[in-house]
Order: sequence, then C-alpha cells, then structure tokens
Amino acid sequence: MNGEVATDISNAVLAVQGLSKSFGGIHAVTDVHFQIAKGELLAMIGPNGAGKTTCFNMLMGQLSPTNGSVFLMGENITGMKPRKVWRKGVGRTFQITGTYQSMTVIENIQMALISHHRKLYSIRPYATRLYREEAMSLLELVGMAEQAERACAILAYGDLKRLELAIALCHQPQLLLMDEPTAGMAPRERIALMQLTADIVQEKNLSVLFTEHDMDVVFAHAHRVMVLNRGQLIANGSVEQIRHDATVREVYLGGGSVFADETVGDVRA
Amino acid sequence: MKMKKSVVAIVMAAVVAVGLMGTSQATFAADPIKIGEINHYKRMAAFAGPYKNGIELALGEINDAGGVIGQPLEFIYRDDQGKPGEAIKIAEELVSREGVAMLTGTILSNVGLAISSFAAEKKVVYLASEPLADGLVWEKGNDYTFRLRASTYMQAAMLAEAAAKTDAVKYATIAPNYAYGKDAVAAFKKALTALRPDVEFVAEQWPAVFKIDAGAEVQALERAKPDAIYNVTFGGDVAKFVREGTTRGLFDGRHVYGLLTGEPEYLEPLADEAPEGWTVTGYPWYDFEEGANKVFVDAYMAKYDESPKIGSLVGYMTAQSIAAAITRAGSTDMEALRTAFIGLDVDTPIGAIQFREQDHQSTMGAFVGTTTVVDGKGVMVDWSYKDGASYLPSDEEVAKLRPASN
Amino acid sequence: MGLFIAQLLTGLANAATLFLVASGLSLIFGVTRIVNFAHGSFYMLGAFAGYSLMQVLPGAIGFWASVLLSGLIVGVIGVIVEILVLRPVYKAPELFQLVATFGVILVIQDLALMIWGAEDLLGPRAPGLKGVVRIMGEPVPKYDLALIAITPFVLFGLWYLITRTRVGVLVRAATQDREMVAALGVNQSWLFTGVFFLGAALAGLGGAIQLPKGGADLLMDFNILAAIFVVVVIGGMGSLPGAYIAAVLISVLNVFGVSYLPQSTLVLMFVVMAVVLTIRPYGLLGREEVVGEHGQVGEPERPIKPAGTKARLLVGALLIALLALPAVGSHFLVILATDIIIFCLFAASLHFLLGLGGLVSFGHAAYFGGGAYVAGLLVTHAHAPMELAFLLAPVGAGLAAVIVGWLCLRLTGVYFAMLTLALAQLLWSLVFQWDEFTGGDDGLVDIWPASWLSESNSYFYFTVIVGVGGIILLRHIAHSPFGYALRASRDSQRQAEATGINTKRVQWMAFTLAGALAGVSGALFVFSKGSVFPNELEIAKSFDALIVVFLGGVKTLSGGVVGAASLELVKDYLTRFEYWRLTLGLLIIVVVILAPHGIVGSLRKLYDKVFGSNDDPDSTGLNTPGTTQSRDMPGGVSGGGVS
Repeated sequence: MNGEVATDISNAVLAVQGLSKSFGGIHAVTDVHFQIAKGELLAMIGPNGAGKTTCFNMLMGQLSPTNGSVFLMGENITGMKPRKVWRKGVGRTFQITGTYQSMTVIENIQMALISHHRKLYSIRPYATRLYREEAMSLLELVGMAEQAERACAILAYGDLKRLELAIALCHQPQLLLMDEPTAGMAPRERIALMQLTADIVQEKNLSVLFTEHDMDVVFAHAHRVMVLNRGQLIANGSVEQIRHDATVREVYLGGGSVFADETVGDVRA
Repeated sequence: MKMKKSVVAIVMAAVVAVGLMGTSQATFAADPIKIGEINHYKRMAAFAGPYKNGIELALGEINDAGGVIGQPLEFIYRDDQGKPGEAIKIAEELVSREGVAMLTGTILSNVGLAISSFAAEKKVVYLASEPLADGLVWEKGNDYTFRLRASTYMQAAMLAEAAAKTDAVKYATIAPNYAYGKDAVAAFKKALTALRPDVEFVAEQWPAVFKIDAGAEVQALERAKPDAIYNVTFGGDVAKFVREGTTRGLFDGRHVYGLLTGEPEYLEPLADEAPEGWTVTGYPWYDFEEGANKVFVDAYMAKYDESPKIGSLVGYMTAQSIAAAITRAGSTDMEALRTAFIGLDVDTPIGAIQFREQDHQSTMGAFVGTTTVVDGKGVMVDWSYKDGASYLPSDEEVAKLRPASN
Repeated sequence: MGLFIAQLLTGLANAATLFLVASGLSLIFGVTRIVNFAHGSFYMLGAFAGYSLMQVLPGAIGFWASVLLSGLIVGVIGVIVEILVLRPVYKAPELFQLVATFGVILVIQDLALMIWGAEDLLGPRAPGLKGVVRIMGEPVPKYDLALIAITPFVLFGLWYLITRTRVGVLVRAATQDREMVAALGVNQSWLFTGVFFLGAALAGLGGAIQLPKGGADLLMDFNILAAIFVVVVIGGMGSLPGAYIAAVLISVLNVFGVSYLPQSTLVLMFVVMAVVLTIRPYGLLGREEVVGEHGQVGEPERPIKPAGTKARLLVGALLIALLALPAVGSHFLVILATDIIIFCLFAASLHFLLGLGGLVSFGHAAYFGGGAYVAGLLVTHAHAPMELAFLLAPVGAGLAAVIVGWLCLRLTGVYFAMLTLALAQLLWSLVFQWDEFTGGDDGLVDIWPASWLSESNSYFYFTVIVGVGGIILLRHIAHSPFGYALRASRDSQRQAEATGINTKRVQWMAFTLAGALAGVSGALFVFSKGSVFPNELEIAKSFDALIVVFLGGVKTLSGGVVGAASLELVKDYLTRFEYWRLTLGLLIIVVVILAPHGIVGSLRKLYDKVFGSNDDPDSTGLNTPGTTQSRDMPGGVSGGGVS
C-alpha cells in the first residue's frame, strides 16, 4: 500500500501519508494513508475507538502526529496549528458543537468573517456592522437566514450544526472536515443536513472528509468510504465495495464481539 | 420569584437613596469648634479606643471649664479603615463639609504621612498625634504638620543611651520589615555608635510585620551569639517572639532593649509571660503616686473603669494641645492656628511640652524602665521619664534633615 | 549540624497549621468549586474559640479537648454559612459565590470584634509541653515536636477518609462529575454541606492548634489568606498530599530564608510559587485541568448591542449631570464623585478581562497600584512633570501586564487566577520592602497635580474626561472586532482556534489593555490623593474590584461600573457607623442571594419578567445537554479533583 499512495500528492486536495499517533505506547492511529480528490465526499467509518477523531485532530492540527505527514494541495501542513491549517483552506465542524453562545447567529458568522478578512485586532468599527451581507448569504445557504438575529444560546441542536457548517465555509475552504456531523440528531434532520452539505459541496466544488456512525447517511452521500479499525485503515473503496468487503463486515457490521473488544482497548478516539 | 426581584429593587433603591441622603446633607459648623479626627478605629481598635477615650476625657474637662475662646470644642471621629487613600477622602470631607478648624489623628505612619502631604497642599493644620515616623517632621516635614508623640528616633536614642552604659559589644536587631522597623534600627545604630564606637551589629533580622516566624527568628538570632538584642517588633509579633525566645532560652544572660515594648498596649496581653529584665520604653501608669500623672490616671480610671494606655495619654494631650493652640491663636483662622502651634507650650500630665519651632516636633518624652512580672502582669520598674528635648539631634542637623523648612 | 536539624524541625512544626488550613481550602474547592475567601476567617474563629475554651477547660485534656471542640464549632459555623449563604447561590454564574464569602469575611470580622474585643489575645501554652528538648544541643520546643507528630496523622486520616470510605468515594466522584453523583441518588447538597463542615473544621483546628505558638487577633484572617492560597496552588488544587508537601516546602524554606536571607521574608513564598508553577504549571501533585471538563454553571451571557439612541441619551444626560456637579453640588460631593469615577474605571478594566475575556484575575490591583507607583516614582525620583508621569503610568502598568499576562496565560481557570494573585503579591512585597526606592510602607507623598489641575473642580473635570473616556473606550472595544474575538476565545476556544483566531494572543492583548487602563485609573488616583502606599497593590484592593464586578453583574456590559459606583456610595455612607463591616457584609450577602446575576443582570431579568421578552434563554429549553458542554470557557474555574 505504501508505494501506490505516494504517486502524486500535488493533485490531491488532501494527501495523508503514514500517519501515526501513539499515546504513551498505545497506538491510537497506525500508518494511515489516503487521499481526497477535488469534489470528493469521503467518509471515514469505524467502530468506537477506531481512531477517527484522533485522525481528525491530527489533520486539523489539534494533535501533532507521532509519525507521517499531511499535505494540503501539495503543501506539507503536518503539525501546523489549527488556525494556520484553517488559513490554508480547511474548514471544520465538531462532534460537539463549538459555537459562540453569547453571540447571535449572524454574529457567529461575522466573527469567522472578521477572521477571514484579518480584522481581528481592529478596535474601531462595530463588529456587528461588518460583512453583514456576506454573512447573510452564508446563512441563506444553510437555511438559517430567518434565525439570524436570534441568540445562539437558544438554538435547537440541528440549527447549531447548520450554523457550524456556515462558519466552516467562511474562509472559502477547499476542504471540509466534519466530525460526526449528524450525531445527536433526529433521523429526518440527519438526512436534511447531509443533503444540504452535499448540495453545497457540489455547488462550491469542495472536498469533504467526514466521520459518521449512521450507515444510511454514509451509503447515501459518500462517494468513497474508508474503514478504520484499531487505528489501522482496513478498507478504502466505493460504497459498493465496502458494503461487500468481508473484513469490514466482520469487523464493523458483523457482530457485537468486535465492538466489545474495541471498548476494552479504547484509546480516546 | 417576581416578589424576590422586586425586593431586590426596593433594597437597592433604598440603599442608593440612603447613600445620596448621606452625601447631600450638608451640615455646616455651627457653634462648637470642630476638630477632624481621623483614625483606624476598626483596623487598630485596641489602640484607637483608649486614644479616643483620652480625647473625650480632655474634652469634658475643657468644655466644663467653658471651652476655648468662648466656644465648646468638639471632635468628629472618622474611621479610615487604615487606608491612606480613604483618609485623604475623609480629610477632604471634614474640611469642606464639616468645616473643621484643623485635622488630627492616626496611629499608622503611612496614613499620617498621607494626611501631612494633604495638609501642606490644602493649607490645613494637621497635628499628627500618634504616628512615629521620623520623616513626618524631617525629610517630609512641612509647614502645616506638627507631631505630638516622641518619635522613633527619640525613643530609640533613649534606649541607645541605656545600652551604651553596659559592656555589651555585639548587638543583634530584630525589627518588622517595613519603614517603621528600618527607621527604628537605623536610629538605634546611629545613636549607639555615636556613644560607643566599639559596638558591632552581628545580625539583623527582618520578619514580615504581623507574620513573624518566631521560632526561625529566634534560631537565627541565637546563631549570631550576640551580647545584646534590640527588639522593634510589636503587637502579636512581639508576643510570639517573647514566647519562642523564652522557651528556647534566647534571652538568658543577654541584655534586651525593646522599643515600645513597655507600653501597656503591648505589655498587657503578654500577662505573666512578659519578658523580664528588658530595657524598654513605655508607660508605667500603675506606679504614679502623685502629681499630674496621677491625677490623669485617676480621672481616666474613674471615667472609664479601665486602666489607661499610652494611647489614652496621647489622646488626652492631643486635645490639650489643640485647645492651647486655639486659645493662643484667639481664633480658628488657619494661619493664626498654624502660627500658634509654632513654639506652643502646653502643660500636660507628664509635664510641660513645647512644639519646637525648628521641626514642629513636640518635646513629649517617654518613660524608660526595666520590665518584670508582678502578680502575673508585666510591668516596668526602675523607670524614669526622659524629656524628649534631650534626645533630638542638634539644630543644624535637624535643619539638614528637614529640607522643606527654611 | 545541630542547628540545621533544629531549623528543619521548626519548619516542620510551622507547616502544621499551614497544612491544616490549606487542606480545608483545597477540599472545599475540589468538591464545590467555591474559592472560599472566608477560609482565613474560619481559621481566625478557630483561634478565638480555642482561646475561650482553654480558659474554662483545665489541664492537658482540657487543652486538647479545646482544640478539637474549636474544630467542631468552626465546622458547624461553616455549615451555617454554607446553608444560609452559599446554598442559595450555587446556580449563580461561575465564581459568583466568592462574593458571598467576601461578605462572610466582613461579618465575621465585626462579630469577632464584638465578642472577643479588640486586644490581641496571647494563646495559652499547652500543659505538659511547655519546655524544650535538647536535640544535638539545640533547644527544640516540645510543642513543636507534638505538632510535627500530629500532622502526618491528620494527613493520613484525611487520605483514608477520601480514598477508603464510601463518603470519600462520593467526594471524589463529585469532584469529577457532580451531575453523575446526583444521578446516583446522592443528595448533592448534603455532600457539599458535609465537605464545608470538614473544610471549615480543619481551618478551625489550624487556628486552635497554633495558639501555643501565637494567639488570636483580628488581622489573622487576611494574614494567612495569601499563604494558604500559595500552598494550595503549589501543592496542586484539590490534592491533600500536595498541600502537605507544599506546606512543608514553604515553611522549611522560610526558616532557612529567615536565617540566611533575612530581608526575603515576604517575597520568598511567592518566588517559590512562581518557580514551581513555571516547572509544573498545575502544582506539584495537581493534574492538568481539562477545559470544559466540569461543564459550566449558569446560562451564557446575552448577545450585546451597541448602545441605542435611548441609551446614548441617557449616558449623555448622566455626563451633563456629572459636569454640572461642581456648580450644584458641595465640594465634598465633587471629591466623592472623583473617587467613584476612578474606582469605576478600575472596575471596568477588570470587568473587560473577566466579563468579556473570561479571565479571572485575582491580582488586578497590581496594575492600578502599578500605574499609581509609576507616576509617583517618576515625580519623586525624576521630578517629572505631572503630565509626563500621567502618560507613562499606563505604559508602565501595561508593561507589567505584558509580563504577567505572558506568564499566567499558559495556565487556565483557577490556576490562572492564583498565579495572577501570586505575582501581584510579589509586586506588592517588592514595593513594601524596597523602601530605598519605593518608600516602602511610608509610601510616596507630595505627588500633586500640575497647577492647572490643582483645584478640586478642575481635577474633577479631568477625571470625568479621562475616566469616563476610558470606560467608554472599553465599552466601544467590547463591540469592536477585537472585543468579539475576545468573547469568541472565551465562548469556545476550540472553534476560535479552528477559525484562525490566535486566542492566546487575543487574551494577552486584552490583559495588557486592561492593565494599562487600570494604570490610568491608578494615575488618576495618585494625583487626586497626592500620595500612594503599598495598600493600593494588595490583595484587599484586588478583591474590592473583583467584588464589585461580580456584584454589578459579570455577564452584563455595565456591571463593573454599576457595581463600583453602588458599592462606593454605600461604603461612603456605611463607614460612618461603628459596625459598618457587619452591615456591609450582610448587605452584600443579601444582594448576592436576591440578585444572583448581579445588580444589572438581575434588574434586567426583572425588567424582562415585567415587560416580557421572548429571547430569554431561561424560558426556552431548546438546548440539549451537549450544547451546554460545548461552552468550553477557559475562564471558568475548574481544576484537579481531590486525591
């Protein structure tokens, strides 16, 4: 597997090579390789503790890898701080939403736009008057325009997820990293949110890497699926291939025994 | 819930309203001559209480005799929480709203210095009754500030005089690590080496004020093996120091000199653990058998049913001095009052004192004696009263020390 | 060698009291997350109670019974405080409870004065333990040896209680996850009460057991406060063995410091703390706190809006009223207003940091006093004109804030707060002891304004322009992109970092700005009073600002200013009465209980209740528990558990 991936990192939006992370001798992620092409929706699945979030945190710079490298549009971004990675064009949403609770919905977007326009240290203008139209059009994009002036603290959970998606789009990213985008949502909401994401991705020709537990969501929207187990990539292919992959079935879809084993060896994924 | 909130509103409204009333009620001086008295009534209650009693005793006598220049004398007491900034605010209020004739008060030197600076800037007479800092009349002295009590330098010089008579050569000092302690050590060193150039100082201990680590200080002093020890710690610190020192035998066979240690404020709490054989400055009220001292002590005990402290005496003399100054000035005009204080003679329980022309320091002296324990109480014996006038530097030296006066 | 051993033993004996009191503080914080400012008061009460008991209980048995009874009595007082004062405000915003404990300090101070009088009480000596034992020729008091022997037993007893009993398991569980314990059917409020009992009892025990080495006086409460905070932080918040090690470390080093560096007595403790925290940011045995681990108490603040026309008119009217004050009010009213404006600016600068930044600084007086001292020193030593000194004051204070901010912002939550406190104390002790330069306790005097401002009225106008200008500036910055970035860093550091915001730098700049503006208020102060003294830098001054910010309402923009103005007015009135501290303390407690969102916050809620508002987060419960967790405010105090 090693040789084939290194072919052409400059063509891929994201290229990951030999990524590994260990916490005090416990291997959370081991030698993971993959690439994401322009416009591709790539799902990363795996049981609890498979290393998905660790992987995400390394891509985004929250964690620095023990080994391996991450390339964005051919540029090595390994170990860069999250804010630098963001500046390079990677947007991110969190498994547990991280919005600014003391601001209104539109101010959450404006905040990200202020950062995008590098006006963070300005003390002259009123922040609420900056980039309102730009923020409004992003809110329209995610269907939140009506709630623009509401306090973020009183939003329903699904709306927070949409808001976070809009925030992630503020810096006109090439790539979106979405950690469990539909976790904690009602089934109908899940489908709606993923449909929205898919539409945006198509419209803006973005690439997306997301992790997901709900197989319906994965099989409905992903262009390609990677399966992680115990920190290792055990499969990487089209939805059809993964559906019928024997190893995946055994490890992931097969039985509870694997799940039980996993939780024993659980390392903060 | 709603009711609770409206209670808040009412409470707040009431608080604000009361606060505004308190500040807008302008009452101007009517008949009595008012004196603004600022002190640390809360922070140093054990000291300020007897002091206030002393003032009240004197006021009673003065007003019974017809007051001063035909008007009753009245003190307005205000608490400054021991904060200089607060004291300034109160001084402003006393002067502008209460229309006081002059200011007096404070025990802590730093508050005294703050009021003194204010007095010079706003041209108000200030009688610093109790603060001891030398700077008050010397380095930072000014035309409007006068000081009653014998200063750090004077009391240290009295002890140095006693120390010079012994054959002790190696001295150790222990003093709180702040301005007062440092002044007191410097003054003692200066006075002692002037009398006895052969002495040497083998250790200087500087515990943090009111945070003494007595055991460690005693060990450190013991390590230096001095012939004699000069103590400046006071209050709770001296209690801890005496106890640890006695327990560990630090004072055995050594001369010890204690600045202020003989004052009832510090000696009484030690009860039967009061040190024995220390040479100290203080106030032996229990020993007076006749004369003005006795008259004052009797009057005080009759009125308050408690024994007087040094603060009581200072308070009494404060009121006396102010009354004398107003009488001499013939009015409460500020300049007249200021001039009246210069060279003012006052007859007090401890004898005649004078507010010196050269530095505005009064010649009030101190009692120097030896401590011992009698009936479970620490007392001074073999004491004598030292007139303050004899323990001040020469006039030329004072002139150099006091740049502002010329 | 003998001396060395004897000194070591002195240090160990001194550690006993420090450990007892600090372990109680650590325990209370570990379980209830309350920073108990009144802990020093419990210690003081223990000393007074012990003194009184020892007067009536005779002999050695009486002595030790008195020590234990004092612990018990203070424990019960702790319970009363917890039930009456703290229980009503557990749901209030983070750290709000410390305001209540501050009220308790004031009440206890006056009650102790009423009961025991003003004189220092010398503690009775322990019967049977009055003498010394000669160890290698050096005298060691027997009571010291008793203390050295007792402390490890107390430590072991506590350790056993916490690690080996069911109660202890619950206590530890509560430090990790309070809701979980509640879900297990444990009555959480009784658990808290129990912990308060234990913590207060330990403080009382510490107060009583030190009697033979000292006594009881009314300044004990504040005198021990800084030391026990230092011990708890060096040991690691919530760690009992850590508290023991730290108490021993501090005490032993102090004994040697007294001998070999006698001038170092105040500074040493803080230097040790700074060194330890530099090497181990979470204390010797503390564990790194996980941001947001404990969830947050209370609702988030509401979105802010630039002032509307109505508000602007109101502020304009107030300003005109202020400017007209010299013409209509008395001279003293002008002086009082000057003081209040200065304090308001100081409070507003802390509020900027605390409210918008979520950065709880316990040492903000360092910049107020720092600014005042910079100006004072320039005038005193360089004979600088007032104008120049005034301009350089905020620069100096800002520089101090740059350094302190850099050191402290590596930490979060309560460790941040404690380090700011320690560094402020370090600065205070430098100013206090370096009297050749700073004048020490005698301060700097004769620092009056230039002649064009020497009239009270003109200085008042100057204060209005600079002070109100500063407040308006801070308020404007709150609405600026920088202010938003600061709030974003507080609301969700994760999201902020993931959207390109350098949160540490934003916070560092805010810290500096707040410091500089506190420096401006300090400069206004020094020229209005003509003098400055070390007490403008001390803990009590920092607490004053902290109290008014919370009292006014942390989560409102005007909280700091309103709180400062109200408290100054009330204080000016109350201090005319004899027992004003009791009254003020009770008033603070009443306000805390009735207005848990601060004066402004609670008034606004009242307004909403009366006139209705549909955007009240209280009335809509749409958020899932997950979203509450996501408010990972770094400013929220959290720390290690009890171990």
